[in-house]
Amino acid sequence: MIAEIGLAALWLAAALAVLQMVSGAFALRSAEGEANPLAIYARPAAVMQALLAGLAFTMLVWAFAVTDLSVKLVAANSHSMKPMIYKLTGTWGNHEGSMLLWVGVLALSGGLIALFERRLPERTMGATLAVQGFVALGFYAFLLLSSNPFERLPVPAVEGSGLNPLLQDIGLAFHPPTLYAGYVGLSVAFSLAMGALLTREVNPTFARVMRPWVLGAWVLLTFGITAGSYWAYYELGWGGWWFWDPVENASLMPWLAATALLHSVAVLAARDALRTWTIMLGVLAFSMSMLGTFLVRSGVLTSVHAFAVDPQRGAFILVLLGLYIGGAFTIFALRAGAVAEGKRFSFSSREGALVFNNVMLSAILAIVLLGTLYPLLTEAFDVRVSVGPPYFNPASAMFAIPMFLVMAVGPLLRWKEDSPRRIRFEVLLLAAILIGVIGLVSFFGQFALLPLLGLGLAAALGVAAFLPLRGRKLTRVPVATWGMVMAHFGIAVSLFGMASEGAFTQERLAAVAPGGSEQVGDFTFTLQSVNPVAGPNWTAIEARIAVSRDGGAPVILTPQARNFWSPAQATSESALLTRWDGQLYAVIGNQAADGRWQIRMWWKPFVTFIWYGGLLIALGGVLAIIGRVRVDMKRRKAVSLGDERRADLEALGVQPGLAE
Amino acid sequence: MTDKPPSKNTERMDFWLWKLPLGIWLWAPLALFAFFAGLAGYMLTQDKTEFVESAMIGQSLPDFALKPAFDGLPGAARSDLVGGQPRLLNIWASWCLPCIAEAPQLEALHAQGVEIVGIAIRDRPEDVANFLARHGNPYTRIGADDISEVQLAIGSSGVPETFVIDAAGVIRYQHIGDIRESDIPILLAELEKAR
Repeated sequence: MIAEIGLAALWLAAALAVLQMVSGAFALRSAEGEANPLAIYARPAAVMQALLAGLAFTMLVWAFAVTDLSVKLVAANSHSMKPMIYKLTGTWGNHEGSMLLWVGVLALSGGLIALFERRLPERTMGATLAVQGFVALGFYAFLLLSSNPFERLPVPAVEGSGLNPLLQDIGLAFHPPTLYAGYVGLSVAFSLAMGALLTREVNPTFARVMRPWVLGAWVLLTFGITAGSYWAYYELGWGGWWFWDPVENASLMPWLAATALLHSVAVLAARDALRTWTIMLGVLAFSMSMLGTFLVRSGVLTSVHAFAVDPQRGAFILVLLGLYIGGAFTIFALRAGAVAEGKRFSFSSREGALVFNNVMLSAILAIVLLGTLYPLLTEAFDVRVSVGPPYFNPASAMFAIPMFLVMAVGPLLRWKEDSPRRIRFEVLLLAAILIGVIGLVSFFGQFALLPLLGLGLAAALGVAAFLPLRGRKLTRVPVATWGMVMAHFGIAVSLFGMASEGAFTQERLAAVAPGGSEQVGDFTFTLQSVNPVAGPNWTAIEARIAVSRDGGAPVILTPQARNFWSPAQATSESALLTRWDGQLYAVIGNQAADGRWQIRMWWKPFVTFIWYGGLLIALGGVLAIIGRVRVDMKRRKAVSLGDERRADLEALGVQPGLAE
Repeated sequence: MTDKPPSKNTERMDFWLWKLPLGIWLWAPLALFAFFAGLAGYMLTQDKTEFVESAMIGQSLPDFALKPAFDGLPGAARSDLVGGQPRLLNIWASWCLPCIAEAPQLEALHAQGVEIVGIAIRDRPEDVANFLARHGNPYTRIGADDISEVQLAIGSSGVPETFVIDAAGVIRYQHIGDIRESDIPILLAELEKAR
């Protein structure tokens, strides 16, 4: 019964998406000033659709919670003996369930904007909801026709086949939902951009409506990527935190587009400039989300994130991509020329700096996109290649370095027009820090160019982030500005972590007999013993390693080599020792013939700053949302107060104009 | 275009890219996407092999000498695979489920007079003995490869895999995954070709 309710809710939601689309489209045909009678269904349809999609998802979670083995998806991905938390998170640890989550978030965003957004003209709103309904409809069709999560088995399974052990981790509880909410939250920006383009209403009001959605999606993406990176770092046991894997790139590309978008939407809101460019980025950001979904699930690229791949599903998503991205770009090409040009500005102005960094972000996006798709291109000519850090690192740094330099001074410039000489003190200060740090570090040792530049830039950016506060009364600085300061400082912190990890990491791979000692960095580690241990659904070989720093009190680390039995798979569980200035990372490998054990140890100075920085960036985004929403509320209140006063005056028979 | 001439400071950047007709800029995203969609569509229709083929096919076996995997049979070295008739080199392990599935097919090949040399990957002597007692023993020799050194040297990425080695010690053919009924004639033909 549970599965049938879920399936019925999904079909109904799909039907409502049709209604939302048609009714929204009628809004476009409304005459000036009055609403088309058929247009009134769009908002309620969007809200109802969100509720139904939510219901469908809840039903699937329920089926997983009670391990209903007559449902094919549960039987294939769960197991009655699994801990409860992993039963629940297992709902989205597979293709069908994660697609349902995707669609659920899509419907939820559509419902929220239908419910709360009242500032836009009804025609634009109708077009926006129509586009949102059209996008949702395609993904409902995909779920219902080719990836039905509620499919029953003719005969219930006796036992489920279990969840991939790598996914049996608390990371799965947070990482996919936040990331999906981020990806799909961008669908609202997409729909708004299309709506504004269709009605040619690209103006600051539209930008203010779009901004919280972009910010929200961007915060979630930032958080999701940060969490995903840390998860991969400790769970895969490879000691790295970013692998330029296609799936990682699939999350980075929407983030880059959203970062560019949130800066250009700020320019549009404040200065009414960059109209076409903002629309383009709005389309691009969600297109990148959909492209990522396609790359991951069609199997055209090989990745460590092995979703159950199926060329037929791939073909289905490709058709959807053609409809949405192709359609959006076509409308863009036809309509964008008709959008009136926005305000002009000089190159040395805050807008100028933002445009420059927008272009740099787009260039990095192009670099990542090219690197991700390049294997696909060469494979068409039967050449198999894999593109990795030797391409991505320098190619993206080429654009990231100028971007960071401009980012340091951009917020100090005035809008519209400014002279660079006004901020020459700040520029000289930052240049001195940059050169000083690079000089100091290269004096103490030989390091690769990129980490060296990274350390210098991180120091300069760290100081630059706070310069916009100079000479201002701190209590009067708007919350949104604090958000910017924090996010920019987070970039500096993260960059410092990356550069430090790149420059100073020490690695030791040794075969150690029990009782033997080895050295890595300041640490001495002693292999005390290697014992078998057992968990709820795994057994493992666990090493007890005593680690002491500079001869201090020893701490025990217990890395494991685990064997899960449902399904049978071996994983390596790293052990981490976190100190304020870095992390010690231990992995146990195979036993050598003579009874010694392979132990791999890394000392990674300040590696944790990568993720602290990511959190700061996300937190900065949260502050910006709070600040913007508060200002909007105040403005709305002021407007409604004004309206009331005018109504009162009219009631008194006074002409409003005279009373002013 | 505004009707006022732009002031000196608000002049647009005089960059050659800006001088291209606007239409090119507006249609470029669609063109790029169309190219990608065409490429992806083409690739989706292509068969995709998930297997990593060995780069060692057509090359001479690297030198190795492995100790016996258990007491019942001798170990395996490169010299055991050279000379006389072509042989099969079977990479397997007692902990590998598909290896159980392919055991009857190896028996069948053995019954047709094919010499099969085994290499047991990261295995224990007692497990190897148990496996052979339960699923049959088609091997003449089994070497113990505790650290996958031979496996990696001949370009095998998993278990089970089976290689055809000719009399000169050259790797002629690689079969990835368990041997099914339908694979037996293929392997026999490859052995015949290697003769």
